[in-house]
Amino acid sequence: MSAQTEKQNPAFYALIAALVVMSVGPIALMLATSFKTNVDVYDASVSAFFFSPTIKNYETVLCNFLWYEPAHVDYCDPTFGRALVNSLIVGLISTGLTLTIGCMAAYALVRFKFMGRGAVSMTTLLMRMVPPAVLLVPVFGIWTFQYGLDQTYAGIILIYTAMNLPFVIWILQSFIVQVPIQLEEAARMDGANPFQVFFLVVLPIIQPGLAAAAIFTFRIAWNEFLLANALSGRSTRTVPVTIVNSITEYDINWGVIMATGMLLAIPPILFTFVASKQIITGMTAGAVKG
Amino acid sequence: MSVAIKANRLTPYMFLAPAGVILVFALLYPIGYMVYASFLDWSPSQRIGQAEFIGFRNYVNLWGDEAFRESFWVTIRFAAIVVTLEMFLGVGLALLLDRNLKGMAVLRTVFILPMMIAPIVVGLMWRYMYHPTVGIFNRTLKSMGFEGVPWLSDSTWSFIAIVIADVWQWTPFIFILALAAMQSLPRSALEAAEIDGASEWQKILLIKLPLMMPVLIVTLLLRLIDAFKVLEVILVLTNGGPGLSTEILALRIFRTAQEFQELGEAAAMSNLLLMLLMALTIGMFAYNRVQEARVARQRAAAEKDDD
Repeated sequence: MSAQTEKQNPAFYALIAALVVMSVGPIALMLATSFKTNVDVYDASVSAFFFSPTIKNYETVLCNFLWYEPAHVDYCDPTFGRALVNSLIVGLISTGLTLTIGCMAAYALVRFKFMGRGAVSMTTLLMRMVPPAVLLVPVFGIWTFQYGLDQTYAGIILIYTAMNLPFVIWILQSFIVQVPIQLEEAARMDGANPFQVFFLVVLPIIQPGLAAAAIFTFRIAWNEFLLANALSGRSTRTVPVTIVNSITEYDINWGVIMATGMLLAIPPILFTFVASKQIITGMTAGAVKG
Repeated sequence: MSVAIKANRLTPYMFLAPAGVILVFALLYPIGYMVYASFLDWSPSQRIGQAEFIGFRNYVNLWGDEAFRESFWVTIRFAAIVVTLEMFLGVGLALLLDRNLKGMAVLRTVFILPMMIAPIVVGLMWRYMYHPTVGIFNRTLKSMGFEGVPWLSDSTWSFIAIVIADVWQWTPFIFILALAAMQSLPRSALEAAEIDGASEWQKILLIKLPLMMPVLIVTLLLRLIDAFKVLEVILVLTNGGPGLSTEILALRIFRTAQEFQELGEAAAMSNLLLMLLMALTIGMFAYNRVQEARVARQRAAAEKDDD
């Protein structure tokens, strides 16, 4: 590929640079604002990017985790810190559950020749179609009155697991198909039972697929607002819910809320830089057959 | 020994059972329940058994509801405008940048960022940028001596504002898919055209675009389905206002359930939205089928010629 690199018109590089600036710009502005005092935000003479930065906003947001008491915080509001912990609990447990259950199902579907792969990809696409807003009413009703899971972690985790399962099964299937069956047969010969074959032979091989699926599920659980808003109680609120609650106030403290938003955005940004290739593969898999 | 055989026969079911149980109880059942709930007069304080069965009255009410029709058209307008813009921009950029350039890997990585970040945060960033006094747009306009624009307080401008934010977030999706499709095109066709002396425009219009059409149509439908699901960004930016100018259907469902506490009516709306999306999805499947059948037929014909 690199051997073919010809001299290209510099205009293309300018275009690429402009596109990069356009897509990163708003994020950079949020990052910059999160280091700004509220006075500076409202002062028209202070530039958007050049000002004296402060970490006060982050101290305010994370005050209940700090080992010292920031001088400028009169009253430490634990809402956000708690929400951060909640988001982590919900995201990690639902990702773990979805992956475990999902790869067992994917394995069974591939190796024991159940329904065709067609049925699963059909379900995946159908699920992609269902908007969370459509699930809102029934999930709220059932979780509250029949399962008794409202205001608990379990309720939120259950719906996220269900929402992500079809996609995870679908993407893991394509990885499991590539595992050579001879490996599994050899393990069988040595006297391993189906569960041992699965956990000790198959799982280690499909690690890249598991990583891609984990990023997708964690991101959805971490970012989701609508169902979390309907199902969570005072003590189980996740970060997106607290953000929406705090912007309905009239007097928005932009610095603090941008710090909150930045903390919510950091994990997905990290994932993007670590695994952009897998993410693109997952994204294009549905449309471009290859 | 017989126990072992039995265990082996049961294994597939044991592997499938957890997924099956979760999908049935937490996904299929709620969706079925929603269809039933759309025939009820139901408020959140009631158990579903206490809610009154009112037949199609929720649907009839929706039909006569001025506000619902308004938000239905807002949804259609939003989806149509946004998807058209994104398709033109995304495919156009892909055509422009389909060559060996150095920064492409960086561009592709950076381009996914807007899609990975929480929609709530995307809304937050844009709300800050659209702010009448401290937002970067109005600040820039004012420093150049123009009047500020009432981004989120005027009904026309607020619609434009949510369109811009959505285009920013989702054009990369189309770009990445179109670029992937373009790079898997058969080189031979393009080379043949080059030998025949086709111009750059002819190559694009007569070869690249027609060959990419199947992927582009699937991309369009995927994006269209997603455009009907947009909610959080608009919720944070405008909360559907001013008036009903940006209240798309998903947002209206949320507000009907949350603020007006009309669960039955919200379920009826959900049902309508779901049927709309179902029609789109079935259209996509049908298109895929037709396409595959055509490719198979062509291949069969080609093989016959070889014989």
